[in-house]
Amino acid sequence: MAKVPKASELAAGTQHKPPKTGWMDTPVDFKPGTWCYAGKPKNLEVVGLPNPREWSPADADWKLPSNWQDTLHEGLKERLRKYRSLQLFMDICVRCGACSDKCHFFIGSGDPKNMPVLRAELLRSVYRKDFTMAGKVLGKMAGARELTEDVLKEWFYYFFQCTECRRCSVFCPYGIDTAEITIIARELLNLIGCNIDWIMGPVANCYMNGNHLGIQPHAFVDEIEEVTGVRIEPTFNRKGAEILFITPSGDVFADPGTYTLMGYLMLFHEIGLDYTWSTYASEGGNFGLFTSHEMMKRLNAKMYAEAKRLGVKWILGGECGHMWRVINQYMDTMNGPADFLEEPVSPITGTKFENAKGTKMVHLVEFTADLIKNGKLKLDKSRNDHLRVTYHDSCNPSRAMGFFEEPRYVLNNVCNHFFDMPPNTIKEQTFCCGSGSGLNTDEYMEMRMRGGLPRANAVRHVHEQHGVNMLSCICAIDRAVLPPLMDYWVPGVGVTGIHELVGNALVMEGEKERTTDLRNEPLEGMEDSDNEDL
Amino acid sequence: MGIKLSLLAVLALVLVAFVGVKAAGMSYLFGVTVPYLAFVLFLGGFTYRVLKWARSPVPFRIPTTSGQQKSLPWVKQNKLDNPSTKLATVGRMALEVLLLRSLFKNTKMEYLQGPKITYQWEKWLWLAGLAFHYSFFVIIIRHLRFFTEPVPGFVHLTESLDGFLQVGLPGLYLTDLVFLAAVTYLFIRRVIIPQVRYISLPADYFPLFLLLGLGITGVLMRYFWKVDIIKVKELAMSLATLRPAVPEGIGVLFFIHLFLVCTLIAYFPFSKLMHLGGIFLSPTRNLPNDSRMRRHINPWNYPVKVHTYEEYEDDFREKMIEAGLPVEKE
Repeated sequence: MAKVPKASELAAGTQHKPPKTGWMDTPVDFKPGTWCYAGKPKNLEVVGLPNPREWSPADADWKLPSNWQDTLHEGLKERLRKYRSLQLFMDICVRCGACSDKCHFFIGSGDPKNMPVLRAELLRSVYRKDFTMAGKVLGKMAGARELTEDVLKEWFYYFFQCTECRRCSVFCPYGIDTAEITIIARELLNLIGCNIDWIMGPVANCYMNGNHLGIQPHAFVDEIEEVTGVRIEPTFNRKGAEILFITPSGDVFADPGTYTLMGYLMLFHEIGLDYTWSTYASEGGNFGLFTSHEMMKRLNAKMYAEAKRLGVKWILGGECGHMWRVINQYMDTMNGPADFLEEPVSPITGTKFENAKGTKMVHLVEFTADLIKNGKLKLDKSRNDHLRVTYHDSCNPSRAMGFFEEPRYVLNNVCNHFFDMPPNTIKEQTFCCGSGSGLNTDEYMEMRMRGGLPRANAVRHVHEQHGVNMLSCICAIDRAVLPPLMDYWVPGVGVTGIHELVGNALVMEGEKERTTDLRNEPLEGMEDSDNEDL
Repeated sequence: MGIKLSLLAVLALVLVAFVGVKAAGMSYLFGVTVPYLAFVLFLGGFTYRVLKWARSPVPFRIPTTSGQQKSLPWVKQNKLDNPSTKLATVGRMALEVLLLRSLFKNTKMEYLQGPKITYQWEKWLWLAGLAFHYSFFVIIIRHLRFFTEPVPGFVHLTESLDGFLQVGLPGLYLTDLVFLAAVTYLFIRRVIIPQVRYISLPADYFPLFLLLGLGITGVLMRYFWKVDIIKVKELAMSLATLRPAVPEGIGVLFFIHLFLVCTLIAYFPFSKLMHLGGIFLSPTRNLPNDSRMRRHINPWNYPVKVHTYEEYEDDFREKMIEAGLPVEKE
């Protein structure tokens, strides 16, 4: 695995001046740390994707099928007919450059092919050659070029160097969405077996195992009992529960997501929610979105299927980023209508979630905000006084949903010290963590640190201005990737899910006096009290 | 390469019209045949492109949400940046089309060592874009006086507003200045901003030179090297009424101007200038964010292979029973 340069070296070596050679004449350099390992054949076989084989992007020979160019040509043709977005975005860009410095990968790497406009031109140039008269006749003069192996390698490199965060599309005067282009480009690459294992592994696992089998969060139940003195027993695959709860598996497996999960469990216990988990549909995340529309649909299908089998009334979704893009913009269209479910109503407050009446799936933060607004939770904000908190708007809930005020409302009700980052780095202008869309793998660390730089830069601002020491978020990938990012650029800032903070503040019936937070860190003013762990 | 090539192409167009009319006397070709041809190409090409876009469906509801969603009743929705109704979506589109709202959000990134990254105020592109489009629009309106008899009131009104400074004779039109300044700015920024220059194609420079050529020949004709305006109108009316006739002695500058116009409109449907039509169809802007409330239909939605619960339970039944999980089949 490639060694990541020191933060100071990495930053000093970054410049934003384009190279002397034109972009069509500058081939890709597969430098370690900037690309992900290839998809393993066994994972492709599990879900039946084409051309499973052992290969590496660094190899000269990618072991492509002999007719790969035809396959891609036909694939592109088919998608131009199926997606107005693609057809339009291929045709109307004026290259004004408004998007160019909006991409976190461009800011962090200086590589001009990470400017959204140029990333799209990588595909557009081939589109012009194959599908427009000017491109056919004038060739390079019209910005057209043949699809060669070098071009294909460029596609692979740069379409797996885009996190589908959509920040560029906020600024584009025509709403050209690079995420849409990347999604379809990856779909094309998948037609000839060019994908990465960090996506294919989770896809295969999620498809076959639902990821969680046999792993029940009893370990966390013990942990909660230790901190709070309250015993919580969640149920699994229970028919007849009112609500099915689905969250990304990252919350179950790794810190600090596990603390967020503890927050969920404590909240549900305290309000007496009649809910169940599913082991079959136990994955909220959907790496199919990073593979193809079809794979997204195949993985997402489990949610409604399981809700139907268990006979629940509606579905509650945990803190996750791209999961919510899938739920908001794709699920009902792909796998609906969910006419076997009821329009979601909070059993505690009676609030109807009008905005979710079609999908019948409510975001946990909406649900909690409603509980707080209706005074159903007893919260002791001071239990988060040892934390000075800021909030990272995750890309997908921001730009594919518009989820801004609900999390801030909850945060302001569970902690006393909340500070937003500067306006052009939050809400719809939020910066990606640098590791989204399936790029959160270790061999890609240099690129992740580069891509995460703009986010870290804004965190450092509030860290210096307000002493912020905790970065909250509502995305499982964020919770996994922001800790190393903070350690690299802004040491001294931790990462948390919102419901971990809710868990800290939540006053539970029958609880003992709390001296620590969910991480067993002493609360403010409790530093000297007896702490069993010390 | 792109700059020189595009400039040469426009100069060649000027030369073609000049030689064609002045030396070869082909004023009918340049005054009647080419304009009709260009007009047909424009209409046909424009329609073809829009139909081609419209032919591809919108399978998913993918608006870029740039503001607070419709949520709980006490959370204030940002209806224009994240509309959930058709009406609000029309509002969002109107702001986009009429005021270039997304471009207005533009910022400029500055990367200082440290590293420390800042985002600066940058409205020049938005301003130049807006100035260019509106001045061009006003100029087109003003030109309607050549094709109408009597000239409608709104054309007169536009003219008098545009010329309100009452400087010089004939009166100076503000939009002439704004148009030339904006196009020049758009060209200069394309050349001097390294990133923008790096991505620029001949197809980006060519329309700019063409527009500059149009503006310059227009200004020359009006203020400096006058052509017979009465005869120009005679020609324009004859074209508009489909009884084409070219009066003698209009002046070659007019034919150069006209030829550049014809090139522009003939080129239009086959170029990036089609963003004029495309913006209206952009699915990240023209759809309400309501897909959690109402089901969006994908016309080509098809069944896919899934791993069903039954298959899953078959794979793991024993382990599930061991872990105390309920199963369908014991």
